[in-house]
Amino acid sequence: MKRIRYGRIAAIVTAGALALTACGNDPVESNTDGGGDTGGSEQASVSGDIAGAGASSQESAMQAWIAGFQSANPDANITYDPVGSGGGRTQFGEGAVAFAGSDSVMDDEERAAAKERCGDDAIHLPLYISPIAVIYNLEGVDNLQLSPATLAGIFDRKITTWNDPRIAADNPDAQLPSTPISAVNRSDESGTTENFTEYLSAVAGPAWPHEPSGDWPVQGGQSAQGTSGVVQTVQGGQGTIGYADASKAGELGVAKIKVGDAFVELSAEAAAKVVDESPKAEGVPEGDLAIDLKRDTTAEGTYPIVLVSYTIVCKNYSDKAQGDLVKAFVSYVASSEGQDAAAESAGSAPISDTLRSDVEASIESIAVGS
Amino acid sequence: MTTTGEPATSTTPPAKQRTRTPQRPGDIVFSFSAKAAGVLILIILAAVAAFLVAQAWPAIQTDSTELSERVHWLGQGRTLLGYVGPLVFGTVLAALIALLIATPVAIGVALFISHYAPRRLATSFGYVIDLLAAIPSVVYGLWGALWLMPKLFPAFQWLADNLGFIPLFAGPAGDPPRTILTAGIVLAVMILPIITAVSREVFLQTPTLHEEASLALGATRWEMIRMAVLPFARSGVISAAMLGLGRALGETMAVAMVLSPGLAYSIFLLQPGQQQNIAANIALKFPESSGLGVNVLIFTGLVLFLITLLVNMLARWIVSRRAEFSGAN
Repeated sequence: MKRIRYGRIAAIVTAGALALTACGNDPVESNTDGGGDTGGSEQASVSGDIAGAGASSQESAMQAWIAGFQSANPDANITYDPVGSGGGRTQFGEGAVAFAGSDSVMDDEERAAAKERCGDDAIHLPLYISPIAVIYNLEGVDNLQLSPATLAGIFDRKITTWNDPRIAADNPDAQLPSTPISAVNRSDESGTTENFTEYLSAVAGPAWPHEPSGDWPVQGGQSAQGTSGVVQTVQGGQGTIGYADASKAGELGVAKIKVGDAFVELSAEAAAKVVDESPKAEGVPEGDLAIDLKRDTTAEGTYPIVLVSYTIVCKNYSDKAQGDLVKAFVSYVASSEGQDAAAESAGSAPISDTLRSDVEASIESIAVGS
Repeated sequence: MTTTGEPATSTTPPAKQRTRTPQRPGDIVFSFSAKAAGVLILIILAAVAAFLVAQAWPAIQTDSTELSERVHWLGQGRTLLGYVGPLVFGTVLAALIALLIATPVAIGVALFISHYAPRRLATSFGYVIDLLAAIPSVVYGLWGALWLMPKLFPAFQWLADNLGFIPLFAGPAGDPPRTILTAGIVLAVMILPIITAVSREVFLQTPTLHEEASLALGATRWEMIRMAVLPFARSGVISAAMLGLGRALGETMAVAMVLSPGLAYSIFLLQPGQQQNIAANIALKFPESSGLGVNVLIFTGLVLFLITLLVNMLARWIVSRRAEFSGAN
């Protein structure tokens, strides 16, 4: 119900925006130019209103992007409704929003809806890479190292005490207490859970017998609502371990994860690197940068537990004002300036320069006003 | 009563005259608007019920294998009733724990206000109790999750270590204690004010003659309360408890914040991830649900609606059954 209502509001906002921009946009466009801003100097400052909706994972990054973009383009007004990935894709397909944020790639049905709406294909741009940290609270252990199979055993609730031989094998130097392990998962459906279970099922082999799912597959045990709920639960107990967006880990211990033969510490570079290592998804339209995340990579210095969230845009916008604004906004998001802003406020990992040049080429290919 | 009634019957002519006089516009407008308000309540209730049934219908109608396929969080091979059952169990369990804890405390507080405290203190104390009822449930949830839980853990651990042979308290106690017992305690604090407020009003209604009579017969204050106040107030206290139960059954935010949910018919009060309540489950699942998933959630909402309706009817029935013994008439 909620979703439908938001859809209508968004539709009204967009319709209103179109009406406004159609009235008297063009003369205004040129007169705000001339500021010494380096980011906006290559193209004329844009104006108008557009709305986006989708993944709540992107919300705080999106706020940073909107703030950064609007300060360079004071006449532009962008809104983002964090209704969830599914809701965002639906609204995008219905034409209620100009762009969508989504943690997963559109399915065939959604692609068809998007194609009808855009008059051409819609493309995914991986602009938000958020590393997922394995956080723990265990007195006396500062440097926890976990191999994928051990991690899966802990979260499948098969390994129940911290001095289990499998954990000891990963941590030869640590003094492990006999404290029982409380593994904390998300109690609501979330992209973080989906990516975490995707990683476990791709890498841990028989130790993780469950399908990847946004909804935690193991019954029983500790769970909490939202990232902050998980962090707070891990903090509130002894011998707890959980998974959460790296930016929210706070003072808690963050486990190193075994990739190939080495234990990798979580870092923005290591998280961005796994995206570069991953092949492009198959059967996607030209310019679509959806990837098949290579969770089982063995490349050195990659951190494979990441959440990649896409910005979904049309390859063709018949409304020129809307298209120009979307292009300008997404270009800003992909720019190093935009990526740094998101890293600062949301703790995401900035995309690499290689990926950036691909994204720029894709944005360039978006047709406007035809 | 009978002596004053007889003169009244002898003055019937004026009453007849009154019925003959034409109604003034004010009478018509008022009676119409009162009627409209009464009918509106029924319409709203019917509309809510109709909405719930209509929205839940696709989930009821869909074949159970297809349903568990299309609503992935339902779990493999779980039917609709198999999904709602544990939720109903968890909802009722949390509410009962809350009621068991809150009712005795509330009666004590209400008796203190009505019969023990000095009048000036009683008034301000009553205000404070009413104030507690105004605290939003999300604040209770935060309080429970951030402040109460660390304080409860040692007690829970003690229970699990020493009374663990009783299935209710079987360990290991969850750390942090995000369990149904914590949820029940938070709910108890939330429903305490409403039970207290209603009970206090009922206790104050006790006829002073009854109280004075029992005191005159040599009863102590406690005996007076036991023999005059409590029997008189019994039905009122029961309906107060039912009001509290209604709130505890439908509580969403506080439960979602302090309980690690699970879907089992489990009576382990100290272990996390065993039970869940319907309203909190809807709040957790709704944001990422679509299509049939929403229908399933609305079906659970319909079940909750029926449970609260039943609880209210039960309360009415108890009150009406007890009324003749209470001395209120």
